[in-house]
Amino acid sequence: MIELKINNINVKAEEGMTILDAAKSVGIHVPTLCHMKDLFPTGACRICVVEVEGMRGLTPSCAYPVSDGMKVQTNSPRVRQARKTIVELLVENHPDDCLICVRNKNCELQDLSEQYSLREHRFVGEKKDHAIDISSASMERDPAKCILCGRCVRTCNEIQKVGAIDFTNRGFSSNVTTPFNKGLNVSDCILCGQCILVCPTAALREKSHSKEVISALNDKNKFTVVQIAPAVRASIGEEYNLPLGTNVTGQLVTGLRRLGFKKVFDTNFAADLTIMEEGTELIGRIKNGGKLPMFTSCCPGWVKYIEQNRPQLLDHLSTCKSPHEMEGAVLKSYYAKKMGLTPADIFVVSIMPCTVKKFESDRAELMNDKMQDVDAVLTTRELVRLFKMAGIDFNDLPEDSFDNPLGESTGAAAIFGTSGGVMEAALRTAYFKLTGNELENLQLNDIRGNVGVKESTININGTDIKVAVVNGIGNVGIVLDQIESGKSEYHFIEVMACPGGCINGGGQPIHQKSEKVMKRVKVLYEIDENAKNRRSHENESVKKIYNEFFGEPNSYKAHDILHTTYVNRKELLKK
Amino acid sequence: MHDNIFEKYPKNDRSNLIAILQDIQDEFGYLPENAISEVSEFVGIPQCSVYGVATFYNQFRLIPLGKNVIRVCRGTACHVKNSANILTALEAELEIKAGETTRDKLFTIETVACIGACSIAPVININDEYYGRITVKEIPKIIKKYKNEMKKENAFEKIEESAE
Amino acid sequence: MKSFLDIKFKDGLHTPESPKEEFIAHCTDGALTPGQENEINEFNKRLKYELHEKPIIFIGMDTSSLASGANKIKEEIIKELEIQKIDAQIVETGGIGFGTFEPFVDIKLPGKDRIIYSQISVKDIHELLKSTLIKKEIYVKKAFATYGETNEVVTNINEIPFFKEQLRIVLENCGIINPESIDEYIAAGGFKGLDKALRLMTPETVVKEVLDAGLRGRGGGGFPAAKKWELAYNQKSEIKYLICNADEGDPGAFMDRSVLESDPFKLVEGMIIAAYAMGASYGYIYCRAEYPLAIARLQKTIKQCNDYGLLGKNILNSGFNFELKIKKGAGAFVCGEETALIASIEGKRGMPKPRPPYPSISGLWAKPTVINNVETFANVSAIINRGSKWYSSIGTETSKGTKVFALSGKIENSGLVEVPMGITLGEVVFNIGGGIPDGKKFKAVQIGGPSGGCLPKSVMDTPVDYESLKTVGAMMGSGGFVVMDEDTCMVDVAKYFLTFIQNESCGKCVPCREGTKRMLEIIERLTRNYSKNGEGKDDLLRFKGVLYLERLGNVIRDTSLCGLGQSAPNPVMSGLRYFRTEYEEHIYDRNCPAGVCKELLTYKIDPELCNGCGLCSMKCGVNAILGEKKHAHYIIEDKCIKCGMCYEACRKNAISVN
Repeated sequence: MIELKINNINVKAEEGMTILDAAKSVGIHVPTLCHMKDLFPTGACRICVVEVEGMRGLTPSCAYPVSDGMKVQTNSPRVRQARKTIVELLVENHPDDCLICVRNKNCELQDLSEQYSLREHRFVGEKKDHAIDISSASMERDPAKCILCGRCVRTCNEIQKVGAIDFTNRGFSSNVTTPFNKGLNVSDCILCGQCILVCPTAALREKSHSKEVISALNDKNKFTVVQIAPAVRASIGEEYNLPLGTNVTGQLVTGLRRLGFKKVFDTNFAADLTIMEEGTELIGRIKNGGKLPMFTSCCPGWVKYIEQNRPQLLDHLSTCKSPHEMEGAVLKSYYAKKMGLTPADIFVVSIMPCTVKKFESDRAELMNDKMQDVDAVLTTRELVRLFKMAGIDFNDLPEDSFDNPLGESTGAAAIFGTSGGVMEAALRTAYFKLTGNELENLQLNDIRGNVGVKESTININGTDIKVAVVNGIGNVGIVLDQIESGKSEYHFIEVMACPGGCINGGGQPIHQKSEKVMKRVKVLYEIDENAKNRRSHENESVKKIYNEFFGEPNSYKAHDILHTTYVNRKELLKK
Repeated sequence: MHDNIFEKYPKNDRSNLIAILQDIQDEFGYLPENAISEVSEFVGIPQCSVYGVATFYNQFRLIPLGKNVIRVCRGTACHVKNSANILTALEAELEIKAGETTRDKLFTIETVACIGACSIAPVININDEYYGRITVKEIPKIIKKYKNEMKKENAFEKIEESAE
Repeated sequence: MKSFLDIKFKDGLHTPESPKEEFIAHCTDGALTPGQENEINEFNKRLKYELHEKPIIFIGMDTSSLASGANKIKEEIIKELEIQKIDAQIVETGGIGFGTFEPFVDIKLPGKDRIIYSQISVKDIHELLKSTLIKKEIYVKKAFATYGETNEVVTNINEIPFFKEQLRIVLENCGIINPESIDEYIAAGGFKGLDKALRLMTPETVVKEVLDAGLRGRGGGGFPAAKKWELAYNQKSEIKYLICNADEGDPGAFMDRSVLESDPFKLVEGMIIAAYAMGASYGYIYCRAEYPLAIARLQKTIKQCNDYGLLGKNILNSGFNFELKIKKGAGAFVCGEETALIASIEGKRGMPKPRPPYPSISGLWAKPTVINNVETFANVSAIINRGSKWYSSIGTETSKGTKVFALSGKIENSGLVEVPMGITLGEVVFNIGGGIPDGKKFKAVQIGGPSGGCLPKSVMDTPVDYESLKTVGAMMGSGGFVVMDEDTCMVDVAKYFLTFIQNESCGKCVPCREGTKRMLEIIERLTRNYSKNGEGKDDLLRFKGVLYLERLGNVIRDTSLCGLGQSAPNPVMSGLRYFRTEYEEHIYDRNCPAGVCKELLTYKIDPELCNGCGLCSMKCGVNAILGEKKHAHYIIEDKCIKCGMCYEACRKNAISVN
């Protein structure tokens, strides 16, 4: 134990703790910008400087360890002046367009400017001038708003290990960008949007589909329907100051109806459908000696990653479309037929916790009769903006339930939103399909939780089925190397590009509360535990759709509508 | 394409990145775009990191240089002896700014922090030739000299061509 | 005897594979090898040029000499020797470091003193060789000094004012020996320190000796060099690294280059000793790629050291291994900062990291790493060889030994000077430097490069030591020493350094990246005339900037991540401290008293002197000069952009500047 004084308060801290953490432990807030929990400090932004007795200059509290007898001031005039000046310097090189900025009122720079009472421009001069990169289908990059804190770079390189963006040039011309400053669309980016979640300003943001959605809603000739991904219901409440981990499914449905959607469906329905298809595909591969291990294909970021980086392994990818694409495809085929609608009149909107889903919905492979399966994708954040614009007072909304038949779902579908969930759901159904018995233990703890690569073995009919769950694309490298070197023992591998799964997707509400992932996950597990049915094959609507339309999983028709193909994007990008 | 350079280094060792880029630049005079992706593959790091390094250091160039490279020393000793005026005069004479190359690709002006010939400040260096204690008035003459040499070379080339 | 490797030991020759502990001792002391002593003694005399049959012509061939034409002189000498049919030996040495009088050619006839001839041009060669080699006379016209006794024609080199107050430890061999010959270095007493350290001392005693000597880092900060070695030595790690920072990027400093080019063995010897003291088995010399000659010489040095078993495995049979490699820098001033340099060697962008962890604990590839600069290492062998007592007797209480400065700017004698610590700035400027040329007045001296400050006449009695220089607002820095006269504008100098810092800022931390930019803009506004598009907004910004200039400087100093940023405001802060009135004249009167800040100047044509040739109006890019041919011209002030082209063009000196 180390004893020190911060602002004359006696503080006990552990050896190796930073001044920042020690201060936090006694309720002293020190602002940070470049700091990222669990990553080695870079000491770039200098906003967290404090005064340590005996030190010449000011000390970055995020990067300096406590020591016995240390005397720290976090709020001296010298510290305040330094911090204010640093904020001023950042503001002077940042556009003055808060009023029309997508991050207005949710911007760390704006917050700091307020906290340090910036009231005038004192260091006016040249501002950096960079074009906005709108080349990608999912994201926009606005380097003029970048304050070079480096959090996106570290997320992309150290956590996701994608390495699409990095610091380039130096000094005042420093920029976070792609090689040769080309568009994100031709970079190594997988559009996961994790960088957006850590960006303190609006330098990184989703590409909005709001306009398309609004005009579809205004169009009398369109039958505009909406579906909600599992993870959205567990997080959107955060935007309305509800406690982390509040389930707001009912209010969400009401809100969407009030926005004018003709029908409100649940992507969870398609998640159950996915399990039927993917589970059957897996069993087929195991029985018929198909390519193993098989990868899940629900995550479009992961799909883009493997297409770009390891196209030689594309055979391992399940051919199933992702759940919301299945939902869209079913809406424009089965549902349209059933309701007597012209498929072309149906406009399918997906509310997703994800940015890559926007890219996915544009894929040529996900098109039927020249119609995209899904017409527009809104992130959780964009939906909140629509609600606000429509004057929908979310917290006071009554609850409502989904429309059917594409609204029914089981507990297995709900947990799709978290890392390990797809695997758990698949195993519940595969076990039944192979043994005829129900899996008794429905909680597979091995593959829950926030570990990079989780694995489990489950004995089905005397055969050990080995599975793995890759939690975050940064951890996929080892697993892929194993396959390439012929050393992989797995049968089935789930990969989610975002750490924690969709629940922590790039389209989710932005704030830096570290406990958000586990709290949101809890909501999904609760939905599962409280569900009437917890196995996908128990979903009555799913059973019905096979009886009425597809026949059986992996049938010719099911393949036609629910499965897809992939592209070797490595070749594509070279050209 | 750069195998002759790569074979000198072990694969997947980032510590050689700068040396490899230097070798490529020595050969081509600049870093061609495809070199960045090939080096990234060879060294085993993302393209963007290679690009980040290439744009960080003064030495690396992503566009080719002119035939004659004029380096103007902007060291302190040269500065107090008015090297800024020398630079302005050069820029005016060639109608380009420092860091740029003339349209005919004959001249590039670069500034360097210190050539280390402070005793003969102000200094410029054209290709490997030093010009010390230089004055603004001498600039046009010097440039003309190089232009004439280029003309001669061109003439020779033309003669050779016609001979063929 | 062809080389020292021919020395016969009882159990055979000394080779890297069968190293002999006492190899170095045998090299210079023939008595140790009975039977071969005459051979060894003669070889030594030849290496020291005490014994030779043919005349020897020494040509200084460092970059500085090459820039003043040494290469052409060498070619001319070879040609001339052939024409005159003279048999002479040509030796390429490094540079003696006296830039003003370069290039140098020394000539030594058998049995005579070595005479130095200065400012030799190609045209002089014929006469020089004829009179010295044929007539065997001193060529008085170009004779500069002699290494022998002073006589009626030439003075001894150490009696020349430039050298008189110098004390050369680091530079002792520069310009005297052939930097590419390990044998010459050994004959001149080289590797004695290493020999002593490996045979007679433990790493601990080496550390203690260097600590006692009081050697502090010469790269700027002045941290005790051996303290770092000790820290690293105490780390439990199989692998440790020693790095020499030879990335001299300070504009106006070329001390390190001169050691690298003129006496590279001294650096390598110091590094081997330091590596032994800290327990490093791998070393790097991180050298600027812009120093091709230095790199070439270092490569030769390392090769020869490997061949002589002074680098590599089991050095001099001590059991100590040390492998040394060169890493070429790629041009980034910030790589002088330890953590940035490490990042660069690792193949990354040279951006500094926060400390702790300090490199001595966790540096290159997270292993204990010590970084010192060239000059620091170049002191080590002398300390070990001659003892800490001798070394610590030189200098002041807190700063021991000598310091090399690159003296340049508006000064009579420019070049490299190595002075004992404690000498005053004034002595360097006026005694060694010979004062200001052209009868101009001394104004300031800039010490420490972009991190240092400009010091006025009033503090010229400040002694050269780490602490005193800091008190007056400069710093030792790497050793740039630029003298300025009354024609130098201090605002302009501040602008110059800020521009440099802005170009070299790595861009990682906010105060340096954004802060120095704003500081530069504020200073730039001071050097600007009234805004042409008016509205007064410019003037408002100008005053606002001045108001916050000092505050901004303090914050940059207080909060920047690395030394580059922390010291970036120094040129401005020292300017404000000593030359406030000059700043005020710029601010309030829009006047540059030194006549440097172009926009603040007014150009006038004296109608009496103007002959109406029209050259000025032709050169004027903005048509600000009117006048009829053969009649006096005049300048329209509102149009004039103060480019100065007319001033340069006028042949009648009719244009004046205020």
